[in-house]
Amino acid sequence: MNFNVKRVLAVIRKEFYQIKRDKRTIAIILLMPIMELLLFGYAASTSVDHISTVVFNNDMGRESQELLDGFTNSQYFDIDYIAYSMDDVHHYIDDGYSKAGIVIPPEFSENIKSGKTAQIQLVVDGSDPTSAQTILSSAGGVAQAMSVEIIGDNAIKTMPQPLDLRSRVWYNPDMSSINFNVPGLIGVILQTVTLMLTSFSIVREREKGTMEQLIVTPISKMELMVGKIIPYVIIGFIDIILALALSVFWFKVPVAGSIGLLLFFSVIFLFSALGVGLLISTISKSQLQAMQLSMFMIMPNILLSGYMFPREAMPKVIQTISNIFPLTYFIKVLRGIILKGNGFSSLKNEFIILVIFGIAVLAMATFKFKKKIY
Amino acid sequence: MEYAIEIENFTKKFGKFTAVNDVSFKVKKGEVFGFLGPNGSGKTTVIRMLMGLISPTYGKGKVAGFDISKDGDRIREKIGYMSQKFSLYEDLTVEENLDFYGGVYGLSKKLLEKKKKEILKMADLEGREKTITSNLSGGWKQRLALGCSIIHDPEILFLDEPTGGVDPLARRKFWDLIYKLSQNGVTILVTTHYMDEAEHCNTIGFIYYGNLLTLDTPNNMKKYVIDGHIKVKPSLEDVFVFIVNKEGTI
Repeated sequence: MNFNVKRVLAVIRKEFYQIKRDKRTIAIILLMPIMELLLFGYAASTSVDHISTVVFNNDMGRESQELLDGFTNSQYFDIDYIAYSMDDVHHYIDDGYSKAGIVIPPEFSENIKSGKTAQIQLVVDGSDPTSAQTILSSAGGVAQAMSVEIIGDNAIKTMPQPLDLRSRVWYNPDMSSINFNVPGLIGVILQTVTLMLTSFSIVREREKGTMEQLIVTPISKMELMVGKIIPYVIIGFIDIILALALSVFWFKVPVAGSIGLLLFFSVIFLFSALGVGLLISTISKSQLQAMQLSMFMIMPNILLSGYMFPREAMPKVIQTISNIFPLTYFIKVLRGIILKGNGFSSLKNEFIILVIFGIAVLAMATFKFKKKIY
Repeated sequence: MEYAIEIENFTKKFGKFTAVNDVSFKVKKGEVFGFLGPNGSGKTTVIRMLMGLISPTYGKGKVAGFDISKDGDRIREKIGYMSQKFSLYEDLTVEENLDFYGGVYGLSKKLLEKKKKEILKMADLEGREKTITSNLSGGWKQRLALGCSIIHDPEILFLDEPTGGVDPLARRKFWDLIYKLSQNGVTILVTTHYMDEAEHCNTIGFIYYGNLLTLDTPNNMKKYVIDGHIKVKPSLEDVFVFIVNKEGTI
């Protein structure tokens, strides 16, 4: 096969001219990463705090007030509403004003002072399991803290606990969901942008008739494919830098590992992602079909790659399916480098799989591309 | 090599539909060969088979001395093609289009600059190098498309309905360019359904429902009709209508 760099350069230059003049493409390249990162970064935050809470306090003692201060100080609860009856509590939760209700019985302060067990009732809106979980665990924390305070340190010293579990959370000690979400999000953005851009690149030329003109020139399949890919590798690289900068400087996500290694893996991943886009573009009959096919690809990628839900929780079949997405491996790499500070040796397998996938899918796209019009 | 194009028993079937049926002809070097026929008669299909855009169902073909089924790559270096849609990149400027095709044909920088100058002059596009192609009017677009297809000095030029949607003055200008190319030794195969354009060709082939009905010079073709029927000074259009009627519905 003949390979003439001049031809490849001509295609690359042409692609850049076209990208430069197309406002929609520029918007996808520059705005989409920023918008997706901001939207998902904030909206998809699974850390729940400042939960709107309604309080029905039948006890007017100092102790109940201390308890409520404890709730407020935890930052998890905002006491926004005061109820004067159980019906009131129901009303606030039913109508969605509050997600949690705290009911304090009349003898609360009395019981504490006399050393009896004092009861409080916590009502939780369980329709959203994520926030319900947070409410339950943080309320438990508040109650325990208060108990310890009441009993006093002395009591604990005299009565040693039979089990003492000390937990350490590694890599993301605050368990901040932004730190966890953003690395995955970078992968999703890179996948979406490159797929959207390349899935049109061949089929558009077919629709406009310029492909017919190109086919009668001596350009080879390989030259055309390389010329089509390189501009988008460069653009993908710009996007990853943009997304990384936003993550580090705006979301303050600390990068534990090497940025150089991260960029290296990004380029490897880009070839796979672009290959998939080109393959779609090659087998599609129209731009509309290409768009539908890429949408069809993007959804499972987002849902199954481990970005949204832990893959460990998926049924075996789905896990197997998710193994064929390059994004699955890239997200592992991103989280590994950003959160855990992994070096290359921990990511060898992902490297091998991504390289094999990239070569395979690019070869397939080139093979499927026919220098014919029917 | 005496002939620029030779085809034997060219046939193309799309499913049960026969688009081109057993067509054979030869085109001499330096000739302007006109392919005449109504829309959908199979002209474009023949051209596309010659350039390797589609494969014939059967039949053999040689372009510039190379077998179309084996030497597609060699052929592509020797031919230029201008499709009915003027397949230019509409979002590129005039100069960027020329640069692109020059690059794709692997022209050296020096040669490209020289060819660009020539083509801009020929197409009357001097001073419009920076114009976005979609803003050009029909005649200019047409001449730019021609320019892009001859940037590598092809031996054979395929023109598929090159004058569609262009005003008469631009059509005249265009044919002047075609003559000039022909005088320089370029073989030209042009399809059209404009009878007056067919008059300009050295040889005409009438194609109708995929069948090549006659093949002759414009003048001989008129004689042929005169000999058989009473008609003084027929136009090519008369001849065409006559032949179609005689062959009946195929």
